[in-house]
Amino acid sequence: MSEKVLMKGNEAIAEAAILAGCRHYFGYPITPQTEIAAYMAKKMPKINGTFLQAESEIAAINMVYGVASTGKRVMTSSSSPGIALKCEGISYLAGADLPALIVNVQRGGPGLGGIQPSQSDYHLATKGPGHGDFHVLCFAPASVQEMADLTAHAFECAEKYRMPSMLLADGTLGQMMEPVVLPKPSDAGKYDNSWAVTGTNNERKHNIINSLYLSPAELEKLNFERYERYEQIKKDEPMWEEYLMDDAEICVVSYGITARISRNAVDEARKQGIKVGMIRPITVWPFPVEPLKKAADKVERFICVELNMGQMKDDIELAIHCKKPVDLCIRTGGMLPSPDEVLAVIKK
Amino acid sequence: MNYKRLSIFAGLNGSGKTNIAVNFAKHIKSKGDEVTVCDLDIVNPYFRTKDSENELRDLGINLIASQFANTNLDAPAIPKEIYSIIAARDICGVLDIGGDDRGALALGRYAPDILDENNYEMYLVVNFSRPLTRNFDDVIVVINEIEDACKIKFTKIVNNTNIGDETTKEVVLSGYKKTCELSEKTGLPISFTSVERRLFNELNEIIPDLFPLDLQKRIINS
Repeated sequence: MSEKVLMKGNEAIAEAAILAGCRHYFGYPITPQTEIAAYMAKKMPKINGTFLQAESEIAAINMVYGVASTGKRVMTSSSSPGIALKCEGISYLAGADLPALIVNVQRGGPGLGGIQPSQSDYHLATKGPGHGDFHVLCFAPASVQEMADLTAHAFECAEKYRMPSMLLADGTLGQMMEPVVLPKPSDAGKYDNSWAVTGTNNERKHNIINSLYLSPAELEKLNFERYERYEQIKKDEPMWEEYLMDDAEICVVSYGITARISRNAVDEARKQGIKVGMIRPITVWPFPVEPLKKAADKVERFICVELNMGQMKDDIELAIHCKKPVDLCIRTGGMLPSPDEVLAVIKK
Repeated sequence: MNYKRLSIFAGLNGSGKTNIAVNFAKHIKSKGDEVTVCDLDIVNPYFRTKDSENELRDLGINLIASQFANTNLDAPAIPKEIYSIIAARDICGVLDIGGDDRGALALGRYAPDILDENNYEMYLVVNFSRPLTRNFDDVIVVINEIEDACKIKFTKIVNNTNIGDETTKEVVLSGYKKTCELSEKTGLPISFTSVERRLFNELNEIIPDLFPLDLQKRIINS
């Protein structure tokens, strides 16, 4: 289907998930992501799928664990405080090597915070959302179209590496409306799922989905194996977009909604003759280290634009081995920077 | 464009009610009538009439909106001042209703007064490029749900078919054709077709009752 429709970011994720073969959604309402649940509630019964509003976020993520164990595409969605509640379950998914999609449409924090947009779960999402040694694949869309496109990709990557994927959006992206070409239908099955618990028919040994290991040696071995997989992911899966970087002397680094704002600022700066470009991480874990490392030899400084206190700055400095200074352009609490605010830091 | 004392805009979530309500209020003001915009949206925490507060104030248009709109408090509260517009029968009111039947529920509490006065138009705002209202059956389900929730029947249709910045003449025309069919099926007359101002001249000769929209200001370009 190539005809464009007008969708909210939240709706685009929901429809894209359905097109990607997801027939199981478990959630609990929270602003600003409730349209995902509302969309699923309307559509799932019509396509023989399951929409279930659980009694809590924790219940919902554990239901995700159940369906993920069968190798079927399954998802949940929430916003920052709700994701914090889900962290226990996300850790269990990681510990049991289960693929699933978790959507975080971020809002301001800490605590109850507020309902306006934020990117302040960057650390939580990229360092491992839960207890124990693990990561989740983490995608940061910057448009409604990308929210639709990355949804199927996130499912597929989760299955490829047998681990949870997270779509890290924010309230503005979730709520804003843009034209979208919906992706083609897909489904699980591209990668081996002989591990799934689907019934043995008395023809094979039981598969066991588990994250409890009584032998410390065995648990340690699994942790090391998982981190070997992560090294492969760091090589193969980083996604990013470079914008006007060829002759850039200043490099803006920004993802999600702030990348959209920054792009306007970069365009305006270019009009004023300032050689500035942008690297937009599309995956924030794995972080796109290579393009930043390359840029560090060319540009004079970096500018990290985010809706938090500068959580990505650490990752930029690590990627560039602190070769160049990294300035911050940040807003929090639900505030968005204007293109002029970003421009002012570019011109500093 | 004619109007009655109360212009009520309802429809599916994201069909364009807020932008149309703000522009319609400006239209009423330009005809010399006093007008107040009433924000009854209990569904959407973002992109509210509140975004147009300064512009409306500069034009002398009053806005009654929840003190919590666009704040960090997700309270679906309706300001008590809305009663003043329902009761004051000498001022025009434009009512922006939240999406779907859930949004329309908030209108229901005023239904007895509105029906008693009987000087209102209840507009169904449709965008045939929205994923959940792409065919007539879907729209008719929404009509019934909203009417059941607010206890007021729609009287007219507004065609607001668009895909945002990328809307073309063809998109609007295709929506207009579907709106004509919807009008035949439901018996509801088409009041107007709203388009972004940039498309107005191109379509004015082709589509009757075309209404130009100036959209709420945004800081993010596509």
